[in-house]
Amino acid sequence: MADFLSSIIPNVMEKPDLLWKAFLQTIQMVGIAGGISLVLGIPLGVLLFTTKPGGILQNRPVHLVVGKFCDIFRSIPFILLAVMLLGLSRLIMGTAIGVKGAIIPLLFGTIPYLARQVEGALAEVPDGLIEAAQAMGCSPREIVWRVYLRESIPGIARGVTITLISLINFTAIAGAIGAGGLGNFAIMYGHGKNQPDISVVVVLIIIVLVSLIQAIGNQIVKRSTH
Amino acid sequence: MIQLEHVSKTFGGAESGVHAVRDVSLKIEAGEIFGIIGYSGAGKSTLVRCINLLERPTEGTVTVDGRELTRMPERELRQERKKISMIFQHFNLMPSRTVAQNVAFPLKGSALTAEQQAGKVKALLELVGLPDKAGAYPSQLSGGQKQRVAIARALASDPKVLLCDEATSALDPQTTRSILRLIQDINRKTGITVVIITHEMAVVKDVCQRVAVMDGGRVVEMGDVFSIFSTPREAVTRSFIATTSNLSKVEELIEAGSPMVELKPGEMIVRMTYTRKNVSEAIISDISRRFGIDINIIYSNLEVIEDAPLGGLVAILSGDRVQEALEYWTSKNVRAEVLKRG
Repeated sequence: MADFLSSIIPNVMEKPDLLWKAFLQTIQMVGIAGGISLVLGIPLGVLLFTTKPGGILQNRPVHLVVGKFCDIFRSIPFILLAVMLLGLSRLIMGTAIGVKGAIIPLLFGTIPYLARQVEGALAEVPDGLIEAAQAMGCSPREIVWRVYLRESIPGIARGVTITLISLINFTAIAGAIGAGGLGNFAIMYGHGKNQPDISVVVVLIIIVLVSLIQAIGNQIVKRSTH
Repeated sequence: MIQLEHVSKTFGGAESGVHAVRDVSLKIEAGEIFGIIGYSGAGKSTLVRCINLLERPTEGTVTVDGRELTRMPERELRQERKKISMIFQHFNLMPSRTVAQNVAFPLKGSALTAEQQAGKVKALLELVGLPDKAGAYPSQLSGGQKQRVAIARALASDPKVLLCDEATSALDPQTTRSILRLIQDINRKTGITVVIITHEMAVVKDVCQRVAVMDGGRVVEMGDVFSIFSTPREAVTRSFIATTSNLSKVEELIEAGSPMVELKPGEMIVRMTYTRKNVSEAIISDISRRFGIDINIIYSNLEVIEDAPLGGLVAILSGDRVQEALEYWTSKNVRAEVLKRG
């Protein structure tokens, strides 16, 4: 088996420990940045949706500021965003390289994206449900928790799924500018040292990761739709 | 129980805006079933939302159970709303929750323990005839069943008022009747005050005691259902009544020159309608015998509203003493209109 693998992916088999390390770094980046994105992105999406004109917490200035924040950061290509945020990353995290240095740019890439996804998911909740909840005497806070978030679990799960998948994409780009991880590994060896089997294996691993996230997302959507 | 005084609601600016409700004052007594009827756009849905302040009136005051809602801060108003339940045309059940969870929705934060809540949900589902659907999701129910669940949910907070916004408009006639029966039952058992918004006169006729007719944002006519049906004043009221009766179809027949309404000399087509509750005599055979008149009935439409007959018939009358017969009817509180003479 090992002989066989050595014959088709010789360069990978030479440094499995490096591949493993790169894999762990990618998982770390996706886990940490993904976790923080959920914690910040979902409330931001709720804020974006509920403060819009006619929303239950209608507030023009807040809506405008949050909306612009999302649009600006979503329109900057991630490779530029990562470079622009090097300074901020050094300031907050103390470093601009490695997994630690990648977290800040990744957050700025994913949070606005997720916030817009959540906003879209909440917009799918029929107005009649909100009216019914108001007629039952629910406060805006209760309406957010008990109606908007609860009823849009499938929509939010879809949004989180595609956000995490683009986060994997972002980690690969971050790898290109010194963040480590699978992207860095593939660029350094597959491209830099002309070892194409490394690129192929990295791509296969990423395909498996993405498929796994998509499958979990689909399951959540399926189980929460009645 | 509910008192609206000079309530107006304008959407948009004061001048350029849409006047959905204009200067409506009405009083709904505790325990009654009150209908508000109007065509779409008449302002009835806005008016009913002014009762629980889902729409805040631009002018006027709303008082429910002796408390003036229009003066209350938001927080206090939310507490009052728990006593004013509402059901909707499209049911508005929470799709992600089971039937039991939907019914329990308003109970969250109440003083009841989890066990008491479960008991209450069970009792409510029995009341609306769905004891076996507790674990089902709304998507698995028919329209009528969904509305029953919505009614159970509406009753969970022990409200004093039930607002029904076109609650039967998405249902077929049979289901409509069964939902109306249920509402009537609950009204009789609990004494809850019911306000029914509808565009169907049949609904008003079926369950309401009093009715307000809305047109162009105003209440144009109001009274007990029997007198509105028997002596409508406004054209819009008459057009609603016509939808529940076939007595007006004879005009179409006359216009179309149908052979059914061709007259010989001396014959006439007469429409007679009851106008008072005390009519229970055999008025047809009576005039036939008394004045020697032949009566050929074309249409008849009799309803029993509030335990009194309402409606009338269209017939071809012939005989020498027809005029006397018509006067006799008038003296008996039967209105007679001659539609065509031969």
